Amino acid sequence: MREITYRQALNEALKEEMERDSSVFLLGEDIAIYGGAYGVTVDLWKKYGDARVLDTPISENAIVGVGLGAALTGMRPVAEIMYIDFIGLCMEQLNNQVAKIRYMFGGKCKVPFTLRTEGGAGRTLGAHHSQSLESWLMHIPGIKVVMPSTPSDAKGLLKSSIREDNPVVFIEHKMLYNIKGEVPEGEYTVPIGVADIKRTGKDVTVLTYSRMYHFCMEAAGILEKEGIDIEVVDLRTLLPLDMETILKSVRKTNRVIIVEEDCKTGGTGAEIGMKITEEAFDWLDAPVVRVAGADVPMPKSPVLEKLAIPDTKRICDAARKILNK
Amino acid sequence: MKTDRDTATRLLTQMMQIRQFEDKIMELLAKNIAEGGSHLYAGMEAVAVGAISVLRNDDYITSTHRGHGHAIAKDGDLNALMAEILGKKTGVCKGKGGSLHLADVSKGNLGANGIVAGSLGIATGAGLSVKNRKSGQVIVCFFGDGATNNGIFFECLNMASLWKLPVVYVCENNLYGMSVSVERACAVQDLTKKAVAFDMKSDCVDGQDVLAVRDTVAKWVDYARNGEGPSFIVANTYRYYGHSRSDPRAYRTREEEKFWRERDPIKIFSNRMVEQAILSAEDVKEVEESVTKSIEEAVDFAMKSPFPEPEELYTDLYA
Repeated sequence: MREITYRQALNEALKEEMERDSSVFLLGEDIAIYGGAYGVTVDLWKKYGDARVLDTPISENAIVGVGLGAALTGMRPVAEIMYIDFIGLCMEQLNNQVAKIRYMFGGKCKVPFTLRTEGGAGRTLGAHHSQSLESWLMHIPGIKVVMPSTPSDAKGLLKSSIREDNPVVFIEHKMLYNIKGEVPEGEYTVPIGVADIKRTGKDVTVLTYSRMYHFCMEAAGILEKEGIDIEVVDLRTLLPLDMETILKSVRKTNRVIIVEEDCKTGGTGAEIGMKITEEAFDWLDAPVVRVAGADVPMPKSPVLEKLAIPDTKRICDAARKILNK
Repeated sequence: MKTDRDTATRLLTQMMQIRQFEDKIMELLAKNIAEGGSHLYAGMEAVAVGAISVLRNDDYITSTHRGHGHAIAKDGDLNALMAEILGKKTGVCKGKGGSLHLADVSKGNLGANGIVAGSLGIATGAGLSVKNRKSGQVIVCFFGDGATNNGIFFECLNMASLWKLPVVYVCENNLYGMSVSVERACAVQDLTKKAVAFDMKSDCVDGQDVLAVRDTVAKWVDYARNGEGPSFIVANTYRYYGHSRSDPRAYRTREEEKFWRERDPIKIFSNRMVEQAILSAEDVKEVEESVTKSIEEAVDFAMKSPFPEPEELYTDLYA
């Protein structure tokens, strides 16, 4: 199968959905002539022009509000918020308007709105360009939260998000844009709300998503040599969580490690771990373990930045510890 | 714009519907039949009624936390609106929205909003959608003086002017954002000046005069429909009741309230229609009586309607 980058996969998804449905249009900061801060929308403006690839002023709250207004009135907007760190600027529109409007209106409207953004550390950009804020979004009923880890998932999930009649926050990772992976040539989608067991194993269930998935796979290779066989579940969607797949794996291995890049306190693992405790406590042979980001603003220094997020060693250590090895 | 008998009757009916609807809700709140809060539109009727009267059925509006008047004027069903405010299953939003979220997308009402300036983005986005779809629709975006101090107001006016969107921004300046007067909240007292920064056309109108509102908004709706872009209208008006039911109105004088009550939009309009022999005094009385009946029916309908079933808690969240 051909290999393309995560960035190219996302660009293909956008192009294909714009071809497929004339109501799809893109808006955001620097997405047209510049092609997006991370190059995801490159060349689309040349093909479709301002009417469908719209550079906006630096007005994040209005970008989200405008997307909502367009979605309510017959369009299928895909907005880009350059860094998830900027989501604070549009949290009013996202949380109060986008997420709630269908419910508040008694189900009498649809909100086919995709909000693309990217997050995560790794480029030593400091505290305003490196955050992992997905747990904020998991706390908002009414939206869906998607975080792909591979090029093929990125393409298939973005296509599904754009076709979805509900608002989807689609969070890419800045350190994944250049990774390559197999991506089918033809038309396909990946369903929202379905986790993917990317490595089967019998000893420990490792629940992860986005960039951390790759760290977990590295750890799996190291641990395999020590006779430890971990199952790596790529959650892919954080809201709604695929509890069926999670619980099935937990009942098989009886041990769980959650690997997440966001700050540990109130993070995604807190919710996922609690759900497992509520629904599968009797199946657990050890307490659920989190390998998570440090509870600090992301520091600039490359040395400190690496310490602030999980790494392969910490994942391996956690696996050994949970198995008393 | 010429006012014929049918138009006069329609304008008067809608203004009286809003007034009596709001008076009735005040009564229901006082009796604790209506729970929660309601921000009442009484005194401001001419703005919603005059502005919406020049729209096509398929044009859009966005509304505010003081949204009953806009909802009624945009072809709202009195029964379904009253039921919604009481949280009933038969409400326009199935009892899940309430006073702050009255909406009926099928009638072009994109919703009241619990957040001041919250609907500016929706209106502007609807404008972008209309422009892209070349549907010829226009959006009237209502908001209060308080909203003009919020960030998204500036973000949206800039975008609308930049992209020449067909949105008429109607600022209902009722002199107070909750308790803080325009004088104490706005560095610029003439709110039309706020449009200057965006090179947007602006206008000002007596919000107690429904025909003046109608003429002014008609002009800017035509302007928008002709593809010439957005506009910003300040309608000077006054709310009779406090911000909400718990408001003792300590920030304004009884003299000021009296001054504005003498400039009552319904009185101004009905007197003028009688003077000009477009309506008779009997006609006015008839409209009033028929409105009273329809409001009583709406209350009756709402009171007799059931509350939503418990299963409804989790429905309508996702499509």
